[in-house]
Amino acid sequence: MKVEVLGTGCKKCVATADHISEVAHRLNRDAEVTKVTDPAVMMDYGVMSTPAVAIDGELVHSGSVPDEQTITGWFDE
Amino acid sequence: MLAIFTVIADWLAYGLLGLSPESRLGSAVHFFIEDTTKIFALLVVMIYVIALARASLNLERVRAYLQGRHRVFGYLSGSMFGAITPFCSCSSIPLFLGFTSAGIPLGITMAFLLTSPVINEVAVVMLWGLLGWKFTVAYVIVGMAVGITGGLLLDAMRAHRWLQDFAAKAYAQASAGGGAPGDGEPAPPQRLTFAERHTFALGELREIIGRIWKWILIGVGLGAGLHGFLPENWFAEHLGSGQWWSVPAAVFAGLPLYSNATGVIPVLESLIGKGLPVGTTLAFCMSTVAASLPEFTLLKQVMQWRLLATVFVILLINLSIIGWVFNALTPWLGVG
Repeated sequence: MKVEVLGTGCKKCVATADHISEVAHRLNRDAEVTKVTDPAVMMDYGVMSTPAVAIDGELVHSGSVPDEQTITGWFDE
Repeated sequence: MLAIFTVIADWLAYGLLGLSPESRLGSAVHFFIEDTTKIFALLVVMIYVIALARASLNLERVRAYLQGRHRVFGYLSGSMFGAITPFCSCSSIPLFLGFTSAGIPLGITMAFLLTSPVINEVAVVMLWGLLGWKFTVAYVIVGMAVGITGGLLLDAMRAHRWLQDFAAKAYAQASAGGGAPGDGEPAPPQRLTFAERHTFALGELREIIGRIWKWILIGVGLGAGLHGFLPENWFAEHLGSGQWWSVPAAVFAGLPLYSNATGVIPVLESLIGKGLPVGTTLAFCMSTVAASLPEFTLLKQVMQWRLLATVFVILLINLSIIGWVFNALTPWLGVG
């Protein structure tokens, strides 16, 4: 699956991307994690607070570094 | 109630460490202990309490509220929400675009964005603890005034012409009745249990204190150094106190500098004690907090140079006016 981490490049966005890759690796899931800093893309998703996460083109989270449980939830679906 | 921190500092600096209150080092150490204990105690209590109340606030609801407001009321509420919403410079771009693409006028968005970094719980708590409630009330009022007049002026100039193309297009679409892209109805208000609020507030407390504790130590350290080692009335003797141009000069010097309110307020307290006029000091500090080079660089992604320059000039003028007003109000404020 395709995971996009949206954010203007602050520490929290990097932490979010790392955290997701880590969980994906541990669960043996195939996830392509990219960091998106283009403001036009954020606007298209309607994101107002970062870091935000979109999976396969759908916004699933915004405004904080997601916790372990939340991330695992995305991979379980 | 706050006198207890003076007692603690007396006991530690003069009692336990045996420093003399008359000495420079003693006076600096006393300042450092009193301010750090007071600031940390106040912040821990207030951040937690405010976060409890704020747990159910989210930006989507703020946006829905601001959408389609009458203009004049819009500036006021934009600025008010800016004041109560926590500010993070890395969120300012998505927030700006979220508002703009929902058809909220640029001036209202800027009223929000200009007020947000200036007024926040940390700044208010520290000002109240260090400089008294009158100063704090005045600070909040003028902080909002900067945002509101800034927004009004930008709209009067039809400054949305100078947005970057993609943002201008989204704004035009939304104004024509398209609504915000990527979202439907605003989420209904969340009902949170106390346990959920408590978890949120603890998280906020940990996050904020973790981010600012070193700034407090640096700010108070600088303030303590100035307090102990700079002679009384140094500023009055070297800079004079009456020149009108010292205020805009201070603002101009502060705008490109970056600091947050946490680091700047203890320095402000100390400078005022050394005879720097209150309004001049405040204007300088607000200008370092309100905008910075990194902030302007981020905003460049959504604004053309012309708009950025306009915002810069408006801030310069607004903050200068604040400086002059505060210098004139000094006798009433009970500081200096």
